[in-house]
Amino acid sequence: MIHPIPPGTRDVLPDEMRELRRLHLALVEVFEGRGYGQVSTPAIEYDEVLARGDGRTAASAYRFFDERGDLLALRSDMTVPIARLAATRYADAEPPLRLCYLANAYRAVRPQRGQMREFAQAGIELIGAAAPGGTAEVIEVLTAALDAAGLDRAVIGLGDADLYRQLLAELGVEGEARDSILERLATHDLVGLEAELMEVEGMSEEQCATCVALSQLRGGREVLEEARGLGGAAVERATARIGETYEALEARGVADRVRIDLGLLRDLGYYSGAILEVYDPALGHVLGGGGRYDRLLERFGLDLPAAGFALYLERVHIAQHEEESRRAEQ
Amino acid sequence: MSVEVAGTGRAKADGPLKIAVPRGALLSGTLDALDAAGIDTSAARGESRALIFPGEGVSLVTMRPSDVPTYVEAGAADVGITGKDVLLEQSDRMVYELLDLGYGRCRMVLAGRKGDERLGESQRRLGMMRIATKYPRVAERHFEATGRQVEVIEVKGSVELAPLIGLADGIVDLVATGRTLDENELEVREEIVECTARFVANRVAHKLRSDEVDELTMKLREATAR
Repeated sequence: MIHPIPPGTRDVLPDEMRELRRLHLALVEVFEGRGYGQVSTPAIEYDEVLARGDGRTAASAYRFFDERGDLLALRSDMTVPIARLAATRYADAEPPLRLCYLANAYRAVRPQRGQMREFAQAGIELIGAAAPGGTAEVIEVLTAALDAAGLDRAVIGLGDADLYRQLLAELGVEGEARDSILERLATHDLVGLEAELMEVEGMSEEQCATCVALSQLRGGREVLEEARGLGGAAVERATARIGETYEALEARGVADRVRIDLGLLRDLGYYSGAILEVYDPALGHVLGGGGRYDRLLERFGLDLPAAGFALYLERVHIAQHEEESRRAEQ
Repeated sequence: MSVEVAGTGRAKADGPLKIAVPRGALLSGTLDALDAAGIDTSAARGESRALIFPGEGVSLVTMRPSDVPTYVEAGAADVGITGKDVLLEQSDRMVYELLDLGYGRCRMVLAGRKGDERLGESQRRLGMMRIATKYPRVAERHFEATGRQVEVIEVKGSVELAPLIGLADGIVDLVATGRTLDENELEVREEIVECTARFVANRVAHKLRSDEVDELTMKLREATAR
């Protein structure tokens, strides 16, 4: 008899499980080895608590009532539950806190390989360490994790979440126009972006071109110079922030893994400052991401800066597999 | 353009840049644009039934326009060209839309039978129009955004047939010259959106093969601006 399971979920059988477990262990060993203690939180939380962390993208696609009539939700990532955990369990602890996890999260995506509705994330949270030092530590752990997974060609994109918010404020763009421009930037719809920008009253063609050109800047350190050439106080501040982080990365010897990318914009509402994305040339999808969320913890009553990353475990596994077959072909 | 920058060393590109090229109405415009951008497309112009045309630095992969977002999203093709109509219909496919290429211009319209008020009548007396289309999501969004209730009927073949023999009150379809509509006694009632060919890129290719993608974008921009 065939008994169905919901779309976007899947069973894992022993051969795959064995490989996944090896990957689990390798990653957690990297995290633990660097002082990040593993935690576990419930897959279901009160909807109200999760929404506190991420009001804008208001979160969970899976919500339901319990027997008392309380509204529960399945978590859509681990950052918000860990912010809750830190504020609740470590309110008086001496910062910084170093925590890691390997857990399932849930999103109503269109199911495809490496993009399931129930998916595993492996990641860390560094709470109470400000930029640029905290960011650099997180990126260093990320490079170690990628190495441990055998993905030595993987690249980390580094951008700044506040760049466009501040740039648009500087240009006097607000309200709906601002939101829809940010949306175009997040999906990288450049044709739509240009059209939206042209519609903003008082925006000169030059300012328009600056915004579009900025979102295309990606590469090494020289990108920061090019960005400064485009001008503006917001650009100046963002490039200074990225520059400091980059220097801290150079000091730790991991800057060669990082590509500066001023077009990076993640759609999660809680990011501020540095944002990260991870790519491997063997896979067309992003392997993971992260960044700083210096104002997330205060929403839970613990006013500490924080940063972290999460890798999509299944995608890392697929990338391992692709890299392996690529090596075999050579 | 082979500027060595920090951080790109690890992202060694795997083989030639794969470009998804749409067969059908957009094919000749696409090959012309690629030619003007300095890519040799002569192999793809012949009578060959091959699907892949390897070239120097780039490889052309031909496919149905509606498959382009699928291949590009998955990274099986690094970049591609397809119509805005396809991108609108498959808006949940995560691809970067980098450039409006300007050719292949046509309109997405709502059309009904000439001199026939069935569209309005159904709306008024039955509270709901029946619309046949190959673009169910575009159609649904349009009617939702304009506050009207419709039953969207997805068909695969000639959409014009549907209102003629009573399957639907009207159609939502792509119109270039309007001749097909005219020959079938149909007329445009509303224009929904104008569509042209677009240059799209895979998210990871856009990051990791940025030099190649940027160079091609720039050349295509110059080629199609003329």
